[in-house]
Amino acid sequence: MSCQDAQGLMNGYVDGELELTGSLEIERHMQDCQVCAQAYQSHRAMRSAMADGSFYYDAPANLQKRVTTAVRKANTGRPRRAVLPWRWAAAGAALTMIAIVSWGAFSILQRSSTDDLLAQEIVSGHVRSLMANHLTDVPSSDQHTVKPWFGGKLDFSPPVIDLTESGFSLVGGRLDYIGNRPAAALVYQHRQHLINLFVWQSADNSDSGNKALIRQGYNLIGWKKSGLVYWAVSDLNNAELQEFAQAVQSST
Amino acid sequence: MTQSQEQDRLARFEQTVVPHLDAAYNLSRWLTRNDTDAQDVVQEAYLRAFKFFGSYKGGDSRAWLLTIVRNTCYTWLQQNRARELTTEFDEEVHSTESVNPETLLIEGANKQLLKQALEELPVSFREVVILRELEGLSYKEIADITDVPVGTVMSRLARARKRLQVVLAGRVKEV
Repeated sequence: MSCQDAQGLMNGYVDGELELTGSLEIERHMQDCQVCAQAYQSHRAMRSAMADGSFYYDAPANLQKRVTTAVRKANTGRPRRAVLPWRWAAAGAALTMIAIVSWGAFSILQRSSTDDLLAQEIVSGHVRSLMANHLTDVPSSDQHTVKPWFGGKLDFSPPVIDLTESGFSLVGGRLDYIGNRPAAALVYQHRQHLINLFVWQSADNSDSGNKALIRQGYNLIGWKKSGLVYWAVSDLNNAELQEFAQAVQSST
Repeated sequence: MTQSQEQDRLARFEQTVVPHLDAAYNLSRWLTRNDTDAQDVVQEAYLRAFKFFGSYKGGDSRAWLLTIVRNTCYTWLQQNRARELTTEFDEEVHSTESVNPETLLIEGANKQLLKQALEELPVSFREVVILRELEGLSYKEIADITDVPVGTVMSRLARARKRLQVVLAGRVKEV
């Protein structure tokens, strides 16, 4: 690990947001590197100075009374209105939406522990890529630049698709390592949100539909198609990530 | 809603949301930088929280409340001190040479310096530090509260900390 990598990971490390491998790597690096070890110490010093309570403003004694009085007054003072029929209609529509969305989300519940481990690795891969200043090995929005770059680095050829028209622009690609095998990581952007699409070779040739998971607040969607395993991960909401998955599926 | 339902709702609100008053005030105090304003904002935030209590679906009630407090602060700043919302992070100061950590125990005057430097950060950087260091929230939770992607939380936190360290090391030239 270089000093630049270590410094990039430093904040994640002091915040305990790094996965085990990253933490071990940075610790190993700091054993040999005085500069990074010192940077870590000064991070710690600053954090403990802020966290000792002297920076925390406790609410003044009278505030709780003031707040509860105001809320109680709002409670009794609220005019009681009959609920209008259209509100019921709106509520019904909302419930239907919720039912549809959660039906999708409930596939989340059907998961095995291997999925758990894999999901953990995928989320770690995603977070690491955001932290370490190592989002892409080949930064390019041109699929014809990104795809050939993988040639010779992987024993399969990952599909690199331009999804600009669907609102997901290609940022680049990089090599990653998921589930004990090399994987292609394709990075897309939707508004300010980054999506990592991990692709690796499947052990069998079966296709399978979408699997949706949530880990540490990140949304994940995985599927198998034509001998390749795909996992998309992002802090994007589930619905938009589904759109992304669909866009990829319809062009592979 | 019947009267007893209203009473139930109030009781539940007082049980789940009111206990986070310190967190609410702390955030509001750091964002408004003034006790009186902070108290006004907290009261307004609690009224809003009560109004939208129906949308609270369980989960972390502190994070839920802090989202409302944060948004109320922003509305208040918009109305009263709009200029503060557009203050930009001064990269000139930020990009001074790397910090040599000399103070490993931050006490007394240095602590005051640190506190002041934190107060002077642009509000979007200040809030990330407060939520991380004083409330101990995760990157993802902070991203949800401040309505920005996790990557933005990470970069703001890194830049804010770097700035604070530069100030501590006494390398910021007074303008």
